[in-house]
Amino acid sequence: MSLTAPSDPGSPAAPAPETGPSADGAADGPNAAAPPRQPLAQDWRRIARMGAIGALGQIFISLSNMPVKLDGRAIIEGVLSLGYLSLVVLPLAAGSRVGYQLRREGVPFHRPGAHEVVGGAACGALVGGGLSLLAVLIANFDLREPLVNWSPILADLLAFNRGTAFAVVIWLAIGAAVGAAGGLLRVVPPLARRVLWTMVLTLFGSAVLESLTTDLAEGMGIEGLIDWFYAPRGGLTITGAIALAAGSGALAFVGRGRIKGAKSRIDALEGPARNRAHLGLILATAAVLVILPMFAGKLTNELLANVGLFVLLALGLNIVVGLAGILDLGYVAFFAVGSYSAAVLTAAASPRINPELPWFVALIGVVILTGLVGLFIGAPVIRMRGDYLAIVTLGFGEIIRLLFLSDWLSGWLGGSQGITNIPGADIFGLAEVAGTDPRSVFYLVLAFCAIAIYVSWRLERSRIGRAWMAVREDETVAEAMGINTVNVKLLAFVVGAVLGSFSGAIFSAKVGSVFPASFLILVSIVILVVVIFGGMGNIVGVIAGSAVLIGVLGGPKQPGLLAEFSEFKLLIYGALLVWMMLARPEGLIPSVRRTRELHQEELAQDAWLRGQTEDDNGGDDVRQQSGESS
Amino acid sequence: MRCANAGPRGARVRMNRPGVGASRAAPTGRRRRRTRVDWFLTALRVAVIALVAVGLLAFIAQEINPDNPFARWANPDATGLTGAQFRGLVVSGIAQGSMYGLIALGYSMVYGVLGFINFAHGEVFMVGAMTGMITSNKLADAGLWESNFIGSLVFIVVVSIIVSSLTAVVMERVAYRPLRGAPRLIPLITSIGVSFFLQNASVVLLGPASKSYPDVPDWVKAKHTFLQIEGARILVIVVAALSMAALWYYVDRTKTGKAMRAVAEDAEIAALMGIDVNRTIVKVFAVGGAMAGMAGILWGILFRSVIHTTGFLPGIKAFSAAVVGGIGHLGGAMAGGLSIGVAESVGPLLILEPLGVSGVSQLRDAVAFSMLIIVLLVKPAGLFGERLPAEDRA
Amino acid sequence: MKRKLLTLLAALFALTLFAAACGDDGDDATDTATAPAATEAPEEEMDEPEEEMMDHLGDGSLGVVEVDEGEEIQIRSLNAITGDVAFLGLPNQRGVELAIEHFGPIHGFGVDIGTGLDDLCSADGGQAAAQAIVADDSVVGVIGTSCSGAAVAAAPLITNAGMVMISPSNTSPALTSDLAGTAGENYSVGYYRTAHNDLYQGAAMAEFVYEDLGLTNAAAIHDGDPYTQGLAQAFADAYEELGGTVIGFTGVNKEDTDMVPVLTEIAAGGPDALFFPIFQPAGDHIAAQASGVAGLENVVLLAADGLLTDGFLELSQTAGMYFSGPDVRFGDNTNESTGRTADDFLSEYETLYGGAPEAAFWAHSYDATTLLLEAVEAASYADGDTLVIDRQGVRDYLNGVSDYSGLIGSISCDEFGDCGAQRITVIHHEDPNDIATSKANVVFEYP
Repeated sequence: MSLTAPSDPGSPAAPAPETGPSADGAADGPNAAAPPRQPLAQDWRRIARMGAIGALGQIFISLSNMPVKLDGRAIIEGVLSLGYLSLVVLPLAAGSRVGYQLRREGVPFHRPGAHEVVGGAACGALVGGGLSLLAVLIANFDLREPLVNWSPILADLLAFNRGTAFAVVIWLAIGAAVGAAGGLLRVVPPLARRVLWTMVLTLFGSAVLESLTTDLAEGMGIEGLIDWFYAPRGGLTITGAIALAAGSGALAFVGRGRIKGAKSRIDALEGPARNRAHLGLILATAAVLVILPMFAGKLTNELLANVGLFVLLALGLNIVVGLAGILDLGYVAFFAVGSYSAAVLTAAASPRINPELPWFVALIGVVILTGLVGLFIGAPVIRMRGDYLAIVTLGFGEIIRLLFLSDWLSGWLGGSQGITNIPGADIFGLAEVAGTDPRSVFYLVLAFCAIAIYVSWRLERSRIGRAWMAVREDETVAEAMGINTVNVKLLAFVVGAVLGSFSGAIFSAKVGSVFPASFLILVSIVILVVVIFGGMGNIVGVIAGSAVLIGVLGGPKQPGLLAEFSEFKLLIYGALLVWMMLARPEGLIPSVRRTRELHQEELAQDAWLRGQTEDDNGGDDVRQQSGESS
Repeated sequence: MRCANAGPRGARVRMNRPGVGASRAAPTGRRRRRTRVDWFLTALRVAVIALVAVGLLAFIAQEINPDNPFARWANPDATGLTGAQFRGLVVSGIAQGSMYGLIALGYSMVYGVLGFINFAHGEVFMVGAMTGMITSNKLADAGLWESNFIGSLVFIVVVSIIVSSLTAVVMERVAYRPLRGAPRLIPLITSIGVSFFLQNASVVLLGPASKSYPDVPDWVKAKHTFLQIEGARILVIVVAALSMAALWYYVDRTKTGKAMRAVAEDAEIAALMGIDVNRTIVKVFAVGGAMAGMAGILWGILFRSVIHTTGFLPGIKAFSAAVVGGIGHLGGAMAGGLSIGVAESVGPLLILEPLGVSGVSQLRDAVAFSMLIIVLLVKPAGLFGERLPAEDRA
Repeated sequence: MKRKLLTLLAALFALTLFAAACGDDGDDATDTATAPAATEAPEEEMDEPEEEMMDHLGDGSLGVVEVDEGEEIQIRSLNAITGDVAFLGLPNQRGVELAIEHFGPIHGFGVDIGTGLDDLCSADGGQAAAQAIVADDSVVGVIGTSCSGAAVAAAPLITNAGMVMISPSNTSPALTSDLAGTAGENYSVGYYRTAHNDLYQGAAMAEFVYEDLGLTNAAAIHDGDPYTQGLAQAFADAYEELGGTVIGFTGVNKEDTDMVPVLTEIAAGGPDALFFPIFQPAGDHIAAQASGVAGLENVVLLAADGLLTDGFLELSQTAGMYFSGPDVRFGDNTNESTGRTADDFLSEYETLYGGAPEAAFWAHSYDATTLLLEAVEAASYADGDTLVIDRQGVRDYLNGVSDYSGLIGSISCDEFGDCGAQRITVIHHEDPNDIATSKANVVFEYP
């Protein structure tokens, strides 16, 4: 224990002692590259450790039934299914990772070469060997009792229906090949790497987005093209895949550096010009969002509407967690109160109180009610510390759900039978927005998202927004600066609650019924994951987070594009949350201020984040420079 | 080498510890003018306490005479409880509460050393219960469960404790150690992710259905002449008490325990004194995991069924229990567990039903959480928390 | 130059499409608006569907589906195939698959169910899946949903699109009628089900407890699920109607394990019978802890089909319990469309999926599917190489179903879509080591 303790916890990838300071290394700084290492002079212990972890991961993935379940979803017809894809990701990652060198001043950096490929292959073979081992175990032992997926189906899948011996050999071979490919990624020049990545991501993305693109293409009347790209039973056709890969590769080659260049040009603009550029971008996005649904069918619009509802929720939670730093684990309460109050105020079928107000009039009531509930929940918790606050808000969320569910209040709120036959949202007599027409729902959601975005954006840049951030960073100091922390935090709570209630009110009009089962703790957690994944405190990030997570994986009760994933959705949400916190706590699209806050210790030579962030961005950038200079 | 390494890390751990912050925050709180929020909170406290008092009084009135007008006032159908029923409620509350207490110990210990709440600790408990289920069913298949029940029980306890401790230790190594010194909310959010991951890993590996423990001998199920309590509940209470005593001895009397307390007090100084901080933290996780594994087996013996969500709600309640008892305080965790257990057991019938609430058992979790909120409203540091921890800085 | 021209062309193209899309929209709206009105008309002709089979059923008022040569007739399965209700939904979906296989082609056209859809046992899940179904206008009918809560949101969408929906396991009265001629508040024309109505089961249990067992004080516990709450309520209402006293009516939460408090709440009134139509694992705990609570030592425990699973019956604490549920003594019942019996189905199921279905509604799903396929057959005609299916005709056929012989017995649809063989049985479970005997040990039949 004391021997391993000194190894830096933040960077398990620290270079091995035997590859330590070489003759020319120490003084040259990070840009000088030492000659490539010998192919066989590997850090075998490191390979073995990563291989073993990877192998365990492979066994876990297999026993989770992911390969079998996802095998039905083709990526490229007849070549690769999502199921098999799930089995080659780890060897690839491990093969690439094993060739990683930490860049540190004073430690020589070896130019990548055959060493990385051999190391990757060895590590990949070990990872793949996990599956070989599993195949042997399944053939010889019956553990179906506790492990439900310990089945002949899995064995057949692993063996490509050719027997255990074949499985053993083939997975070692596949692992080695894929691992070598991963190692190769370290060797090839950055441009080639980028082109490759673009190709892979395009293929994967277009396979995943199949139903979306098909739907859109049908709306635009270009089914013929789609039939050429996609096979009738799902997945890309081989010709389509080749065309897509070639096209995207060429685009990436031609477009190298241009996007970044454009972005930096916009960033470099001053004052009004910059604002104009931003406005143009926003208008373009808005135009796309308004026009796109017109061509899309019900399926896409339903998806967009669901994503929009979560964008609204996430924007609300973003104010609470992202800006004011209050970890509210019971955010679903406001969604529930919004849904239920809209239902009670508009539906004729609600048990006792049924004023049957038009939706927009009811919305005023919804806002007032949710605001009051926000105040009521907020007041007791606002002075509590972060951890206490989290558990207490979670408790409040549960209490509210239980009250909606209870027989006690069922005379008013419907209890477990919920409230049904809720009319659609009546837009000033112009149109009725209901679940039967998801396009109209999307437009309504879009309008409210626009409001929410505007409000968030204005607030963030206002006095209050700065006060929130001050409170988030240090409450004591904020108070000393004359900020009334209690009022400011309460305000964040209430604003967040009201935004959440909009989502709830639209939700009840859309679904046409509300049941307490829609408001589990799970929903709070999923919204939190969305906010964190997207980038806490960043509006664009939060939107991107909802689009990726809710759109592709699906929400707590909403199917996403990858419907096959529904069983693994929560598992992936959990893993994603952990990984995100470890590797990129600032989220997919980080807010500038938040990043600075999270990384301030890094500037002070803190080891906490350094290993990971360098691996993800910094490391590559440095490597690119070195690759180009050499 | 050890010191050089532990030094800066220790400093970061200390950042989360109560210290200057607490003494600075408290006086400002006292000097502050009473705001509207304060008035509201005072009103809320009064209202809640009044409600509880009225409910209790109505219950007592009911017990004296169900036709009592005071008892009839809110709930015309009031019937009251018999002595045996009341005792049954309290005993089941204590049994449940002692399991919460065992789980809460893990929360409290980790909080004491690392200053963050390990949300995923409930899942360690679930892993313990699952392990017990798998092992005991295998033993039952081999015929050992019936022939040698006590031996099998000891065996599954050992296996389950090992597996839960390992889970907790791996969790610490993979998810929490790299985050030491990060802003406070980061490890908390990470632990929510770990919790989800473990829960759903159980779904995909072991299936979503609930799984049963094999049948236990009659003496466990039957009521005993002593106070008319089922054997299983006696077993739970006794084992929980023993575990608690063992833990107290371990933390208070052994050298490792001293190291733990030292790290909790000040990790930097502890490191300077030659204590391996990392190793101590790992031990804390292991001991917490062992307690959760123990609770998992007790759960399995008492309820004989386990499902992937087994750890979630009890975990949250144990977390509440740790907070109620004053987090970081071991005796407090146990006391908090017992009070939450008893409150959710008797609360609905003692307070809500006399107030005329129908279907009170549905609100039992609501009672548990209300208890947490009320305690924090009245005593912000928990029942046994001596000092108000530092202001949140996350 | 060339590039500009292209952009211009693309813009023009987009504009025309835009216009076209908007135009479409209008048409859609009128379609759906007229649809419900049209469905009312043809109900009188329902009496002799058999004779019209020569031609085809329907007047085209809901539009038609054309299946070109080489394509397949599209139906969908919408069941809870993931989550904690998967034990119910998966056998349902497999029942659909097997029924299609056994039924064979219709007028030479194969039948396809696409990917099995998931209702997630919730209103929002049901709605999202229904959107996916109605997005494809070649779909004729849907077998689903598994849960009533999902049907509440899915049925309006699906039936408004002119499709029919036959559920194998929805039992909520709100979806059909109160059995006294009043439509439920969530009834949609075009919705059918082969499962029984809760009101039957509630009445059956009430009558059994009050008359056969002669117990006059009963209590009911539900778990907050719309199904269990509805059934417990139906029982309580019917029981009071008969003259019994409902001493306690309360709920637990699905995750609860310590049932002493809820049982004490019930025990305070001193009931003779306790009906808890809930699911595992909460049901396990109630059964295990009931006898330990003072005042409930001799209470008779009763449950419903949700707990009629092997996993529950195997538990030692369940000995002596009564279970109500649809009549599962399928015996020699033969599905008249496929000629299979329940045993044929089960043996095939066992070989395919390596175990018996866990919940009791697979047979309802099988019959629902064959009914739908019969309806499609009756409502379709060949137009050259194309098969034309009249949507209204499918409904006409289903409205007129009477004495159809299915696995679950004789099926007749009432005017609100209740088609289930409405016989409820109560079994007495005596020996946890001999589940098969217990399942056949019927002590009460209703009606």
